[in-house]
Amino acid sequence: MRSLPFLLISLAIAAIIFVIARLLQNDYVFFAGYTVLQFVVLATAWNILGGYTGYVNFGTAAFFALGAYTTVFFHKLYPLPIPLLIVIAALVSGLVGLGMGYLTLRLRGSFFAIATLALAVVLQTLIVNWDFVGGSRGAYVIRPREIPILGSYIQYLFLIMLLLAVAAIVTARTIERSRLGYGFATIRDDELAAEAAGVPTLKLKLIATMISGAFMGMAGAPFPYYIGYLEPSSAFGLPYAVNSIAMPMIGGTMTWIGPVIGAVLLGVIQQVATVTISSAVNLLLVGVLLVVFVVIAPNGIMGLFPKRRKKSAP
Amino acid sequence: MLVSYDLVLNALIAGILLGGFYAAVTVGISIAFGILDIVNIAHPAFIILGSYIAYLVNSQFGLDPILTSIIALPVFYVLGAMVYQVYYLSFERRGQDALRGLAFFFGLLFITEVLLILVFGVDYRYVTAAYIDWPPLHLGVIDIPMRMLIPCLISLALLGTLQLFLSRTFTGRAIMAVAQDQLALKLMAANPIRIKRIAFGISIATAAMAGAFLIVIQPVEPSIGREYIGRVFAICVLGGLGSLPGTLIAAMLLGIVESFTATFYGPSWAPAVSFGILLLTLAVRPAGILGR
Amino acid sequence: MSENLLQVENLGKRFGGFVALDAINFNVQTGERVGLIGPNGSGKSTLVNCLCGTLTNETGSVHFDGRNVDGLVAHQRTRLGMARSFQLPRPFVSLSVAENIRVPLLYTVDARKGLHHMKPAELHDHCVEVLKLVGLEAKAHDSPRDLTQVEMRKLELARAIAAEPKLLIADEAMAGLSQSEVTDIVALLIRLNERGITVILIEHIMRAVMSFSQRLVVLVSGRKIADGRPDDVIRDPEVERAYLGQ
Repeated sequence: MRSLPFLLISLAIAAIIFVIARLLQNDYVFFAGYTVLQFVVLATAWNILGGYTGYVNFGTAAFFALGAYTTVFFHKLYPLPIPLLIVIAALVSGLVGLGMGYLTLRLRGSFFAIATLALAVVLQTLIVNWDFVGGSRGAYVIRPREIPILGSYIQYLFLIMLLLAVAAIVTARTIERSRLGYGFATIRDDELAAEAAGVPTLKLKLIATMISGAFMGMAGAPFPYYIGYLEPSSAFGLPYAVNSIAMPMIGGTMTWIGPVIGAVLLGVIQQVATVTISSAVNLLLVGVLLVVFVVIAPNGIMGLFPKRRKKSAP
Repeated sequence: MLVSYDLVLNALIAGILLGGFYAAVTVGISIAFGILDIVNIAHPAFIILGSYIAYLVNSQFGLDPILTSIIALPVFYVLGAMVYQVYYLSFERRGQDALRGLAFFFGLLFITEVLLILVFGVDYRYVTAAYIDWPPLHLGVIDIPMRMLIPCLISLALLGTLQLFLSRTFTGRAIMAVAQDQLALKLMAANPIRIKRIAFGISIATAAMAGAFLIVIQPVEPSIGREYIGRVFAICVLGGLGSLPGTLIAAMLLGIVESFTATFYGPSWAPAVSFGILLLTLAVRPAGILGR
Repeated sequence: MSENLLQVENLGKRFGGFVALDAINFNVQTGERVGLIGPNGSGKSTLVNCLCGTLTNETGSVHFDGRNVDGLVAHQRTRLGMARSFQLPRPFVSLSVAENIRVPLLYTVDARKGLHHMKPAELHDHCVEVLKLVGLEAKAHDSPRDLTQVEMRKLELARAIAAEPKLLIADEAMAGLSQSEVTDIVALLIRLNERGITVILIEHIMRAVMSFSQRLVVLVSGRKIADGRPDDVIRDPEVERAYLGQ
């Protein structure tokens, strides 16, 4: 299926989801749904770099928090509409991704992974020491009660995240089927041979890092409005990193569907676990599932299905 | 800002002592990553585990933490060997890309932290030992706290022992060789997998002692491990992968830099120091896909 | 009188204390067929890696097609017209055989065309043509994992050919092939050479090297010890002692 029909179908599905959610007349659906959709974006974004090119990013939280703190920064300065904040967050996170990539992508994959972890901590330290955005005390962002047309604000946030998820999925799928996607796959399979075949590996890796980082930042931009109170240890929390790695690895890293499956599956399980048992056990579950899947089913759930060899021409 | 002479000197000495401790924390990674090329980012989790075990034994039986860790060495060794076996069967043997191995250790890191939170909670835990309460050693204007000196000295002993082991014994030299030439090792009738398993076991065993040092130096809580990931890899890379003397020197350097930062700029900047050094080192280090 | 397509001056490469290549000097003229031989570990593959940019040499310089390529990374050199096959095949395992060929077509051949990209049909035709050259067209949709060792070597060679190089370096492409397959590959390389592609053939199979090469270069322990007509070189006492006499 070409990209345009896919986009239209995705938007149609998104519209259906939104309508169903509204019909359920329960705000909790929107709150929980927002979280799951956020995971879809993060998992898909992570997979563009981690799954397609094979370079593991442990610093999902850094890019996510960058997006969130961009919002906080402007909220204190001059509140802007969320869509604009998302664009700014994309720019900021994308640029940081580019910079970090430029510093570290010439190294082996394992050094890159460690560097991403380092970046997350450096950024967290910078934010903690920056009083304008609240520092270690955190920042309050009051969520407006209502919004014209839609009614409750949480529905607005849900809709935004829904559209972001569509954007992320369509982007991932388009990349996958394009010339760029071939390039990414060769980097993952054998970077040395890719270079010898004419693939500009550094440039492609930088592109992947930028796109991946940008989407993570975009996912973070509405977050302060969702949560109301943002402080560094939650914004930079390890659960973001673990989830954004676990979801694609469990769902399958080779295509765009894997992260979506992983995000929905794990996202729903976590919502249930948090409500019925406790949030700590829920995190434990994610960690255990990650290890188990990585050891037993390296290609995730999608890897259990036989591969279809067809790829459309670039 | 007026810089006082004793402040500088004390920061220097504190940094050196800290460095000695950091060397013990890092030596496990020097073996696992530097020699075996296994990116065990869960190493700090094993260290924290060691800290909590020392805490448990100390609070129940009053046993000295460092002594506890020495007793715990074989247990951690076996744990390390088991972890390596799983790692080998799941990843190395299948020739899997590095991604899966990294995710595996990351998962272990995370699981350990969450389990510790579930069992012990997020409160800080500390140990009581005789020498922690001893008055500091006075050398002129310098104050040397015993809770820093003792771990540092024992750490140096640990490193010395390991260096001797790696350079003088057959197994030790086999470990050094396994990274470079597995075939040659096989021809010498040594099983590379077994050698690697021994090495990784030793790597995790050092975490037991490092954990004891940690809880002597400062109170611990489950998420502290994460701060050490950057320190450990920064030191490892800075000191030259796989070189124990290099590890010691790099650890001292990092300790000193962190100490000065904490003294003159405040402790909240300390995590950024090590991770910043790591990023800088990685950026400046000769690049190359084939090169190490 | 042909120009020097490749000019290697004083090329040196060390790994720590080990000198892999020591002041290598040699030239290749446009259209030549050069054979490169030497015992295992003599540095042949290291030389190829340095020429193509996969490794960086510490001393010396490489000029290709009139340009100094020092400092250019591998993919830039490939786009300039240097292509190589790897001694141990390195296929892209998550892609099909045909897709493996598509990669150099997309990223080298098409990239050279600048804004005028090849149409999908053109790409497809190029792909099939290259596969036919090495006899792999029946396996176009298979995974590289399903190929035999021999077929993987052919794929390796095909991938280099697909980059439409000016200089093709074949690194032990014929190991494990049968007599007739060796003859086929030599014939293929000669055909490519007649089309204008300069070829450096690195091999242990002396029959192939002798029948193919117009000039023979011998590498031993990182040093070039002979460079001349094949018949002269194999009679060189130093070459006999170091290599052939074993």
